Amino acid sequence: MKYLLMVYGNEQAMTALSKETMEQAMAAYGAYTEAVKKAGIYLGSNRLRPTKSASTVRVAEGKTQVLDGPYAETKEQLGGYYMIDVPDLDAALSWAARCPGASHGSVEVRPIWEM
Amino acid sequence: MPREGDQHARETAEAVARHSYGKLVAYLAAQTGDVARAEDALSEAFASALTDWPLHGAPQNPEGWLMAVAKRKIIDMVRRKKSSEKAAGHLRLLSEEMEAAAEASAEIPDDRLSLMFACAHPAIDPGIRAPLILQTLLGFDAATIASAFLVSPAAMGQRLSRAKHKIREAGIPFRIPDSSDLPERLDAVLESIYAAFAEGWSDSTGTESGRRNLAGEAIWLGRLVTALLPEAPEALGLLALMLHSEARRGARRNANGDYVPLAEQDPAAWDAQSIEEAEALLLRASGFGGLGRYQLEAAIQSAHAIRRLTGRSDWEAIRPHSTKRCQTSR
Repeated sequence: MKYLLMVYGNEQAMTALSKETMEQAMAAYGAYTEAVKKAGIYLGSNRLRPTKSASTVRVAEGKTQVLDGPYAETKEQLGGYYMIDVPDLDAALSWAARCPGASHGSVEVRPIWEM
Repeated sequence: MPREGDQHARETAEAVARHSYGKLVAYLAAQTGDVARAEDALSEAFASALTDWPLHGAPQNPEGWLMAVAKRKIIDMVRRKKSSEKAAGHLRLLSEEMEAAAEASAEIPDDRLSLMFACAHPAIDPGIRAPLILQTLLGFDAATIASAFLVSPAAMGQRLSRAKHKIREAGIPFRIPDSSDLPERLDAVLESIYAAFAEGWSDSTGTESGRRNLAGEAIWLGRLVTALLPEAPEALGLLALMLHSEARRGARRNANGDYVPLAEQDPAAWDAQSIEEAEALLLRASGFGGLGRYQLEAAIQSAHAIRRLTGRSDWEAIRPHSTKRCQTSR
């Protein structure tokens, strides 16, 4: 089954990190990505730019409305994702727990709706 | 004459339902990953049995008959729902797997423990785990569970179907967890069984007609877990705890239905057989190491039950652990 692991964290706290800590965090993500690939379950992953770069689009009655900012203002923001293919939820949850994001924020695990 | 056949068919179906309902649901659910579909297929199979058996006589192997019909129903359901090529492939695999499993042995594999682990999975809301186990393994309907857990039947029905939906959509596996996860996951299963027991225990009368006794059903589930995991000390501890409590059921109320505190209960009114079984289980549990909550609570019960033989509770054994708990124990 395919799952999306969505990494949520506090953006503000992230930008306030020292250069050193930031480098450590990046190295941890690098190692995690390697591990996911080596396990043969990797489908894709990306880090997202902060929500202040986000724009939200909605079309109502044929008119496009663009708003500055993310869809919802929350304490923790979506900062990146991994898409993996594993046998079941237990496997997905254990990969989510190994993700560095689970230790400094949270990781939401959602099954992909196969069409 | 037909009436007689009808009666016999009904009795056979009822007997299979009583003995094998959970086993059949568990097997079908483990094969398909879909609890609701397994339940639906099985109830359709039972309905077919009630029309077919009176006409043709009950089959030699009613369990196998029901399983075969339920499988066909599942394949029909999937076929009706999906028509894409991918679904067809999935379907072929499913029916092949089911055929193979059916041919490999006349015995239906026992997936009941796997089903319990799916129901008590950490991704399932803790409050619905016990109701879910009661429904899937014992065939309780939502209304009966709702009345025991003091919620409306509609709300309970909705929460049950949401949980089954979650199991299917999220890909919650039907299997016994790896040894590293087992203790924690087993804890969740035991907690659900104990929650069911507690609901039955607090039911003051326990005799309401049409309502099955939850305490008794929880003990049955406890026996099932200890039979399937015979070396899990806390499972043995929980069964001992439940049996100790159940042994005093008859002594808990006087003739007027008033509550009788433990210290004033007549030990002669306790069920000696249950107490003896509980003691033996506790002893067996202590042989495996891994003391936990249920063994401790059962041990406290055991120290009270000794009054049956000595005339007084063994307070010396109880006090160092927890005085408060045994004062509230009843």
